[in-house]
Amino acid sequence: MNGDDTGTVMTDALGTAARPATAPPPAARGRAPRGVRLWRGLTPWLFLAAPLALLITFTYAPVANMIAYSFTDWDGVSPDLHYTGAENYVELFTRPELFQVFFVSGYYLAASVVQIAVALYFATILSFDVRFRNFFKGVLFFPYLVNGVAIGFVFLYFFQDGGTLDSVLGLFGHHSDRAWLGTSVSANTSLAGVSVWRYTGLNFVLFLGAIQSIPGELYEASELDGAHRWHQFRYIVLPGIKPVLSLSVILSVSGSLSAFDVPFIMTGGATGTETFVIQTVKLAFQFNKTGLASAAAVVLLLIILAVTWVQRRLVPDDKVDLV
Amino acid sequence: MNRRTSFAGTLLAAALLAAGCTGSGGASKGADAKAPDDPAKVSGTIKVLTQRTDLVQDGTMKKYAAEFNKTYPKVEVEFEAVTDYEGEVKIRMNTENYGDVLMIPAVIKKGDYPKFFASLGTSAERSRKYRFTDFTTVGGKVYGQSPIGVTPGFVYNKRVWKDAGITDWPTTPDAFIDDLRAIKARTKAVPYYTNFKDKWPLTSWTSANGSASCDTGATTALADGDPWAEGADLRVADTLLYDVVHDGLAEKDPTTTNWEGSKPRLAKGDIATMWLGSWAITQFRAAAEQAGTDPDDIGFMPFPVQVGGRFCAVVAPDYNQAVNVHSAHKEAARAWIDWFTDRSGYADDNLTLSPVKGAPLPDVLKPYQDAGVKFIELDDTDGATVKAIDNQSEVGIYAPDYRQNLVDLARGARKGSLDDFFADLGKRWTEAARTVGSGS
Repeated sequence: MNGDDTGTVMTDALGTAARPATAPPPAARGRAPRGVRLWRGLTPWLFLAAPLALLITFTYAPVANMIAYSFTDWDGVSPDLHYTGAENYVELFTRPELFQVFFVSGYYLAASVVQIAVALYFATILSFDVRFRNFFKGVLFFPYLVNGVAIGFVFLYFFQDGGTLDSVLGLFGHHSDRAWLGTSVSANTSLAGVSVWRYTGLNFVLFLGAIQSIPGELYEASELDGAHRWHQFRYIVLPGIKPVLSLSVILSVSGSLSAFDVPFIMTGGATGTETFVIQTVKLAFQFNKTGLASAAAVVLLLIILAVTWVQRRLVPDDKVDLV
Repeated sequence: MNRRTSFAGTLLAAALLAAGCTGSGGASKGADAKAPDDPAKVSGTIKVLTQRTDLVQDGTMKKYAAEFNKTYPKVEVEFEAVTDYEGEVKIRMNTENYGDVLMIPAVIKKGDYPKFFASLGTSAERSRKYRFTDFTTVGGKVYGQSPIGVTPGFVYNKRVWKDAGITDWPTTPDAFIDDLRAIKARTKAVPYYTNFKDKWPLTSWTSANGSASCDTGATTALADGDPWAEGADLRVADTLLYDVVHDGLAEKDPTTTNWEGSKPRLAKGDIATMWLGSWAITQFRAAAEQAGTDPDDIGFMPFPVQVGGRFCAVVAPDYNQAVNVHSAHKEAARAWIDWFTDRSGYADDNLTLSPVKGAPLPDVLKPYQDAGVKFIELDDTDGATVKAIDNQSEVGIYAPDYRQNLVDLARGARKGSLDDFFADLGKRWTEAARTVGSGS
């Protein structure tokens, strides 16, 4: 190795010596005039200006505002508000009933397990050569493109007495006379089912992308070694998509804790379907306790950050190395 | 590294700066919107915010404006219909730009009225001519005026009730339940429809307050005591609702009800009864015409309690119209409110009561006159306190939640007894009443 190095240096030196310098000296080339240097430093910031301005205006400023409001007794409209210190947080943590609504998140959490399993199943199947592959991809991904409010209305008709679900069951000869949103358990299960229908597509696409980035030779090599489809899944696919899988889990957990639009449209939190975010919205806009609601939102943010942190500690994001 | 921290600092500073820009603006306080002396001289373009999207869309409001221009030729009136009126206007009221004339959103505290609205005159002077002045009076000055008066009651299908063999209005809650049973037994109609999913029809049961006791001090009673004590108005009303649902006299699946769909169903006789207000009669008549049934089938009856042999009907204001304190054309805005209240015919067109004292009853309430129903107006001196207690306790008598829970309890989707349910509400209410009483 060493010998080679000296060799190159030698030839370089010879080459330079053989040809007279045609290019300007490197020192003069590096130091551009002041104005140009300023522009060069500024250019990336100019590109960033628009997204940063939007990000600050619509994300960071409102969040800063919300944190500020959480220390006041503001009612959301009155011109005067008073600083109350940590009073809102004290009230929040001395009222355990405000946290009981997290039991509802359990339904969504259970649903997201089903959702990830289903998405993984379809992603694996469709990553192999299947007939009508692209059609099925479209069908699975489509629900994710539909607006949450629209989904709420669609499923309201779906679960209605004598609605779509009852008619379809009727076709199969099953005439249930059941109010799908009638009891707490049934309503939460139905809503969690809607959430599975809605988000499976997203998980599916994430998984599919990750699976397709696994090099094809690995499958061939494993087949030569006599591996089965299950073995391929267990020892090639699963380790290959681990980072995406753990991302999906984080998204599901935070999504379950902050479930909002579909239950809000469909039941408005009635019949024991109230989630933490619905409760917060009600505190802010129904009982005009904007200060307390802001504090609740901050607490939810911290809970989600904490859950994510714990999850990352338990399943560290190792670099994937299949080869 | 250094660069990154300084960048994060800039971000944070910018965010805080932007945060500092929003929030409480300085309020000009205590302006008056005087009535113009000479109608021909008032000028300016005024914007009227309204929740009546239907009337703006079908051009009815434009017709009112054209009529208004005959008296005030130089004033141009624009309308802005807001679908989610409460929610949107509340947020806009953080700025100065919330129209020239608007309906006072329920969220605004009475004590804050002078900061948001221009006064229409003293209460002594206005109460001689108009009803409902004390609902918007702060410090002797009036800040709003409702263009209509409404009375709560049951909208019902006369044909269905007659088919069930009922000729007279029930006079007690028990008789009401018996009548609904008769409807269930003898007709195919759903005796009562809760509109559970759309929520606000459940909220409107609160307006039964005052009807059961025939007491003009019913609002004060809410502020002073337990609204769910034995014999209290709200308990009587809520018990009636509970019994209706508990005895299976309401629709089968309340969780998926549909308000727009319920109107033609009542008109056609699929639904017999709903607790709403006199404002709803005109909508049900329209639905009946559309469905090809007789609009005269739509009836209206008072809450089934008699005091001294007479029914009692509470007359209450709808949204109160007010002038924006920041408006550049307060005279023109005032002119609109006066004209709309006194001369537009809006109250008649909507088959509601006129807010002008001594005006005749609308025809739809003729049966009330024949039956000798007593009209009362509640004293609203403690209205602001009741709202404060309601928010503090998070009971929500002006929100649907606790009645949705009540209906769930009645149909067995929620565990517990009615007495415990009322006791819990009463406990939260009276506890909050103590802190509100000492706090403000």
